[in-house]
Amino acid sequence: MRPNPVVVALAHVGLVIVSLVTLYPVLWVVKMAFSPGQGFSVGLWPIPSSVTLEHFAAVLGTTASDGTWLFGRQLLNSLVVSGATSLLGLVLATTAAYALSRWDFPGKEPGLGAFLVTQMFPGVVMSVPLYLLLDLLGMLDQLAGLVLVYATTAVPFSVFTLKGYFDTIPRDLEEAAMLDGAGRVRTFVTIILPLARPALAVTGLFSFMTAWNEFVLAATLLGDPRSFTLPIVLQRYVDDYGAAWGSFAAGAIVVSIPVVALFFALQRHFIEGLTAGGVKG
Amino acid sequence: MAGIQLRSVEKRYGDTWVLRGIDVSIADGEYVVLVGPSGCGKSTLLRSIAGLNDITGGAIHIGARDVTRVSPRDRNVAMVFQSYALYPHMTVRENLAFPLKIRKDPPAAIQAAVAEVAGMLELGALLDRLPGQLSGGQRQRVAMGRAIVRRPDVFLFDEPLSNLDAALRHHMRVELKRLHRRLGATVVHVTHDQVEALTLADRILVLHQGVVQQVGPPRELFDAPANTFVATFLGSPAMNLLPGRVDDAGLSVGGVALGWVDGVGKAVRGDVTVGLRPTDVVAAAPSSAAGASPWVGAVDVTESLGAEALLHVEIGPHKLVVQVPEPSPWRAGAQVQVVPRRVHVFDPGSGRRL
Repeated sequence: MRPNPVVVALAHVGLVIVSLVTLYPVLWVVKMAFSPGQGFSVGLWPIPSSVTLEHFAAVLGTTASDGTWLFGRQLLNSLVVSGATSLLGLVLATTAAYALSRWDFPGKEPGLGAFLVTQMFPGVVMSVPLYLLLDLLGMLDQLAGLVLVYATTAVPFSVFTLKGYFDTIPRDLEEAAMLDGAGRVRTFVTIILPLARPALAVTGLFSFMTAWNEFVLAATLLGDPRSFTLPIVLQRYVDDYGAAWGSFAAGAIVVSIPVVALFFALQRHFIEGLTAGGVKG
Repeated sequence: MAGIQLRSVEKRYGDTWVLRGIDVSIADGEYVVLVGPSGCGKSTLLRSIAGLNDITGGAIHIGARDVTRVSPRDRNVAMVFQSYALYPHMTVRENLAFPLKIRKDPPAAIQAAVAEVAGMLELGALLDRLPGQLSGGQRQRVAMGRAIVRRPDVFLFDEPLSNLDAALRHHMRVELKRLHRRLGATVVHVTHDQVEALTLADRILVLHQGVVQQVGPPRELFDAPANTFVATFLGSPAMNLLPGRVDDAGLSVGGVALGWVDGVGKAVRGDVTVGLRPTDVVAAAPSSAAGASPWVGAVDVTESLGAEALLHVEIGPHKLVVQVPEPSPWRAGAQVQVVPRRVHVFDPGSGRRL
């Protein structure tokens, strides 16, 4: 049946409106980033009347009192923390999720339940105990401490996502690999992990983004500007002593670029049905 | 290649027995088919030979080696799964090479082995495709190839043809037979398809509720089933079973004396269960002298199978299926004289052959 052209046109008008509503705040940030001055733009029109790159230059060129390039250092901090968080989180979560998917053992169901419970509390609730714990471990104001905190908080979500995906991979494939002579580890690495690529990409990206955007714990656990991650840097542009909205907006755009790039890089892995055809179908 | 010895193999989950006292020797190069209804334990037995299931009692030997506690990877058995279990992210070539790579064969040897198997199974043009790009029959051949390429001691087939359509299944059945002759391999093949069992097997092992009912060549199982279960499980249409009695005058069913029909032992006396294959019966017009049988009934339903027809005949309280050649003159409601040529006699209590 051919769809009614009026219905199609109306649907498109609706979609365009929804797209504009979604994009408007982003365009507004872009406008502030490229407009001269640090004022908060109140105009409705989201296109800047004159264009300047001064805010980007100011944000990117931030230096410390001793003349070192501070922004570069902070960008590296964020990359290291987010990258290490995804890596550590994935290593812990894939192995845990695989065990939970394939074996029955005492404490399995309560353990899964406990993972779920940890997801119900906002991160702020844990900030004081985490501060005390890291203090005890001597890891305050250190990126390694932040990575440890982020990775452990990313694990429950990752385990749930990965376990769900592992459950869909037929056991026949593992049994076939075992009969072909592969051991458990080899089967996991050569059969299961390649098939779980879409789930690994999703959970990895999620861990990366969570760590990249996290502010409250980073602000609590880090004190030295040289160990700051970018969300703290952004927040400092808008504080009690004044609001540099132009720099803030430019910083926000710079900060979002790596995540957007990562998303596009991993996009091709977000394909479903990679397992189609391995077993009858 | 190697033979398989199953010695008092048992498997149970708690109080539920899946396999009981399985004692079977499979000779080197023999093709044995395990058949039985769903849940009879045939797949469990196959997986136990593969090492994918632990057994709770007994021992399994492959060749001279006791493999009861040996892990699947070290048993040197290859299995073709019902689902084929091809690695979806690997090409056909990589699938075939996988077991050899794990064994760390030299690359040149792997290439040669893959090429040989691909030639044997006509997979040459498909080597760079992914399993998802293959038809059911092609996937089946790749699964077979992955098993063959390793030259294992034993091949285990778990319903390998059940996902194919009828024509392809027939074709692959013939291929399997040819392959077995060529490789001289020891094969254990699980199926619920009795045609597969009868056509492929050197010997058939019939399982029911985890217990071996009978082991023997297809002809033997068909001609001399050990009990009523085997009698009705093998053969299509299934054997008719009727209550009867043997006395000095011979066999009688439902009070009708049939005399000493072929298959009734002279020493048998008393109540029996009479087994009658639909092919061992002749149907004749009631008045004709064809068999001069006193057994006369009415045709209830007829089913045409092309070359033959099945008549469902009601004789008193009993129902009997009779196979007759097409074109058949019999229509529903017609009176027919049923002449048994050969019967099987079983103990009505235990179901055992008398």
